[in-house]
Amino acid sequence: MAIEAGELVKAAAFLGAGLAMGLGAIGPGVGEGMVAAKACEAIGKNPKEAGLLTRTMLVGQAVSESTGIYSLVVALLLLFVV
Amino acid sequence: MPFDLDTWVQVAAVSGSGFAMGLGAVGAAIGEGYTAAQANLAVSRNPDLSGDIFKNMLVGQAVAESASIFALVIAILLLFLDTGNASMVKAAAFFGAGLSMGFGAIGSGVGSGIPGGQACLGISRQPAVASRLTTNMLIGSAVCQTPAIFSMVVALMLIFIDFSHLPVHPTWAALVGAGMSTGLAAIGSGYGGGLAAGASCEGIARQPTSTANVTTTMLVGQAVAQTPSIFGLLVSFILMFKSFPPGEPFSTAMGLLAAGLCMGFGGIGPGVGNGMAAEGAVRWVARRMSHAGDLMRTMLVGQAVSQSTAIYAMVISLVLIFVV
Repeated sequence: MAIEAGELVKAAAFLGAGLAMGLGAIGPGVGEGMVAAKACEAIGKNPKEAGLLTRTMLVGQAVSESTGIYSLVVALLLLFVV
Repeated sequence: MPFDLDTWVQVAAVSGSGFAMGLGAVGAAIGEGYTAAQANLAVSRNPDLSGDIFKNMLVGQAVAESASIFALVIAILLLFLDTGNASMVKAAAFFGAGLSMGFGAIGSGVGSGIPGGQACLGISRQPAVASRLTTNMLIGSAVCQTPAIFSMVVALMLIFIDFSHLPVHPTWAALVGAGMSTGLAAIGSGYGGGLAAGASCEGIARQPTSTANVTTTMLVGQAVAQTPSIFGLLVSFILMFKSFPPGEPFSTAMGLLAAGLCMGFGGIGPGVGNGMAAEGAVRWVARRMSHAGDLMRTMLVGQAVSQSTAIYAMVISLVLIFVV
């Protein structure tokens, strides 16, 4: 089966998109979980500050999320632009 | 040197079998080792209870062992099954089945060992609630096994459903991808569920009156931690049952393989992360029962954010399957 050059590039782009999003999701997933675990610990130690702690948790998670969003953007670029 | 189809199916079956048992042995061995290590610590703290601790250790290890027994069943099936009419699609299905079961047993094996170890330590600390600890350990580690069971279901479907009427290309990629999707995604959920279950056993030993709250929080946290493996199962089912016309280009096959890899790897992180969030919440519900509601709410919000990357991975998988 002869595969044309364009077809090969497309295949590699699809594979790259899958790997980019798949591997890129590992870090933010674990990191955000750690943040949530520590936020629960902090609320347990100081329940009066629950609101402040939840807010801090969400901001921290949002920053950690950014690498997941980079992966998503790169995956979409590979799928639809390249 | 060309080989006939029978040879290729056999090659796929034996290598799939090797992957299933080789990878499948990793998790249970680590998990059981953790349980035994904590049991030793527990006996050194309270040697009078060595009988109870030993019994609990064995029960906990037996549950952790089940993940690798599933892998053994699949490995033996692949080795000795009569392959029937050989085709390249069947070869791909056998290889995918081995990958699914092998990767899928890792997380559940490690995860199930954690509550076993914590329950042993708990018995040495609070002998009066030994039976409650064993019950909670069994509930927690049973939930940890579900990702391994999903992997076994996918492996059995790949082995026994006849896909041979489908075109070889791109079905081969869809079937290998289906195995990878459930298998890899099960790693995170199994381990994450174990973290939550371990914290709950520790919490009950610390504060036996909190049992009901702790078990409830554990189950809610574990349920959320299981969702990435359910996404993986969903993508596997789509890959197995979507039919493709013959003569698809090469890139379609790579797209389907990538869809399985994407959902599989993408499920690992959120599964572990959700488990960590549940671990933190369960641990502190035991220490501060009065704030169980606040803790559960924070856990769920945190898990939802952590889950988002698994959802991105699922979206990319579905785009790879249906759009491009």
